[in-house]
Amino acid sequence: MSATPLVNPNEQASIEKPNYLNAEHSIKSWLMTTDHKRIAILYLISITLFFFLGGLFAVLIRIELLTPVGDLVSSDMYNRLFTMHGIIMVFLFLVPSIPAVLGNFVIPMMIGARDLAFPKINLLSWYLYMAGGIFTLYAVVAGGVDTGWTFYTPYSSTYSNSYVLSAATGVFIAGFSSILTGLNFIVSIHKMRAPGLTWGKLPLFIWSLYGTSLIQVLGTPVLAITLTLLGIERFAHVGIFDPALGGDPVLFQHMFWFYSHPAVYIMILPGMGVVSEVVACFARKNVFGYGFVAGSSIAIAVLGFLVWGHHLFVSGQSIYAGMVFSVLSYFVAVPSAIKVFNWTATLHRGSISYDTPMLYAFGFIGLFTIGGLTGLFLASLGFDVHVTDTYFVIAHFHYVMVGGMVMAYLGGIHFWWPKISGRMYPEGWAKLAALTVFLGFNLTFFPQFILGYLGMPRRYHAYPPEFQVLNVMSTAGASILAVGYLMPLIYLIWSIKYGRRAPANPWGARGLEWETSSPPPTYNFEETPIVTEDTFKYSREEVEVV
Amino acid sequence: MSEATALKHQFDDLEQQKESSTMGMWIFLATEIMFFGGMFTAYTMYRYLYPEAFGEASRHMNVLVGTINTAVLICSSLTMALGVRAAQLGEKRMVTRLLLATMFLGLVFLALKGYEYHEHWVDQMAPGFNYAMVGQHPREIELLFCFYFIMTGMHALHMVIGECLLTHLVIQNHRGDFSAGYYSPVDVVGLYWHFVDLVWIFLFPLLYLIGQHVEK
Repeated sequence: MSATPLVNPNEQASIEKPNYLNAEHSIKSWLMTTDHKRIAILYLISITLFFFLGGLFAVLIRIELLTPVGDLVSSDMYNRLFTMHGIIMVFLFLVPSIPAVLGNFVIPMMIGARDLAFPKINLLSWYLYMAGGIFTLYAVVAGGVDTGWTFYTPYSSTYSNSYVLSAATGVFIAGFSSILTGLNFIVSIHKMRAPGLTWGKLPLFIWSLYGTSLIQVLGTPVLAITLTLLGIERFAHVGIFDPALGGDPVLFQHMFWFYSHPAVYIMILPGMGVVSEVVACFARKNVFGYGFVAGSSIAIAVLGFLVWGHHLFVSGQSIYAGMVFSVLSYFVAVPSAIKVFNWTATLHRGSISYDTPMLYAFGFIGLFTIGGLTGLFLASLGFDVHVTDTYFVIAHFHYVMVGGMVMAYLGGIHFWWPKISGRMYPEGWAKLAALTVFLGFNLTFFPQFILGYLGMPRRYHAYPPEFQVLNVMSTAGASILAVGYLMPLIYLIWSIKYGRRAPANPWGARGLEWETSSPPPTYNFEETPIVTEDTFKYSREEVEVV
Repeated sequence: MSEATALKHQFDDLEQQKESSTMGMWIFLATEIMFFGGMFTAYTMYRYLYPEAFGEASRHMNVLVGTINTAVLICSSLTMALGVRAAQLGEKRMVTRLLLATMFLGLVFLALKGYEYHEHWVDQMAPGFNYAMVGQHPREIELLFCFYFIMTGMHALHMVIGECLLTHLVIQNHRGDFSAGYYSPVDVVGLYWHFVDLVWIFLFPLLYLIGQHVEK
């Protein structure tokens, strides 16, 4: 090290310090690793690939919708585009995004453990995810699926003419990856906490992932059996969901949404957890009403299982069932609103700094509020009948899934990037990207609320000419959004090599993960930390930026 | 394997490790309940829609073999429970004997199940592949047979997995991996085995018994 005069001694020390990244270098050491941090990296790389693949389909959809006539692709091809976009984004990006990447990386550190309870199962879950991904990719390459991401019968059974079995197998396998991740988290959170880290002291990110894991563990098996029954129906030509053979297609919808509505909360609860961490850190205040925010995560997980019927308001479900599901759907808004109000109250009189993660958190709060409130519109029977299967629904869930979850995911990636990579990202570029994403997102999806309200149905590649202006706005927004998503990809990769070295705690954040070095050593802590005071206290004393 | 080498790096002590693996198995069983729950829900709905057809179909089940199988499985749960107890006490040879007995009973169950499947095949009651029922409700009866094969088939698949796990345990035990201080794999596989038995305890009356006396 004598011939490197340009490197200052501090940097040299951090170069030499053993950490999980420089512990081993072979490809095998990555593919056979049981280190939760390395598995998180494996997930990060693979879900990023799937995110951009799913995004590519969205790009093609938006280009097609630039003009009222169907000119770029045939209607059949269009069906396949939106289906593959949905399947990849939901099952291969949104569901695993925050849990499998950020959760995997920080949960063991947040609870002061050396690893998750079952490291080998954790690795297995990544392999299952990849196997599921490969089956899905096969379906894409072979010619796609045209059922919509929901695999509704009879599109997916009697009238199917595409690669449903392969895609459904992919989703089935990826589901087991999700189950194993959830199982691992629940056991780890129960049994692996450092001495003194009681439930009441757990970071809110842990609470939200605990709620997520409950849904993953209890909901995903129902999706698995639903897809199994679908596969058996197609394979053996029997009529489980086929009315001509005595079956009932609405049963499929019930069983599908019994998983997939709670799964919507798999796709938002982790984001709420990230926002709770980020808001507290950059407002330098404890989250207002810790107990309520923690409890609302569990409440959302539980209530989420009782509302699936609101997807069946127009499917011939009884009107009384519809009314019950409508009321229950309103109830879910209560814990969600508690979170929004409490984040806002946290900001009140906080000393706020506008770092990149905080910008994403602000974006999340605003966009999730819009997405959540329009969800209430859709939970009311009368209005829902009016806008069922229109762009209003599309805009609503994209505000939650993309405006909420993807914002939070990016916020979380930036927040923990110094810990993950040991490097700082370029703050200016990151702020610009956050702003681009926010603007692009709103320009893409806000016009879709109006389109839907005016009656433009989803899943058509042609539309009446009077809708063109709003569609052009939406496509323009999508282009900006695409730039916003590509920027972090570029500067984060750049920062791995050229970024400034990150200190252990660049944000002055609380939580055990910031007490170990960046990047952390293989077993996270030199010795098991003992928690004597609240890890989550910001107000008690000013935390020093190390 | 001594107790020290049985301790995996992420745990502080064997107690924590044992608690974690037990809890992990309980949560896994919860997922299994939801998995089978989906089938039970669909079964219940169709049974509610077509009570006569389902009654008629259940009269085609071989109740005698089903009853014997129920008894066989309950016995296998007993030998499994005794096996766990023997593992707790560190009685290595006893553990091997009881695990082998459990495996044997499991295989008897699977053989009898296979015999039943064969009977249904011969009688042309295999939906989708070899089905030729006549009568008032051929489609609805086919649906019940569909659920019969899916549910008992899933159950049998779980039995086969259980047999594999037991084989692994017997090998581990033979190697001397277990002791009175470390036996949690036996414990955890025991939980799984009891769960699979319990599924059958629900399947047997639902598929074989409760339709027997519905009026034609």
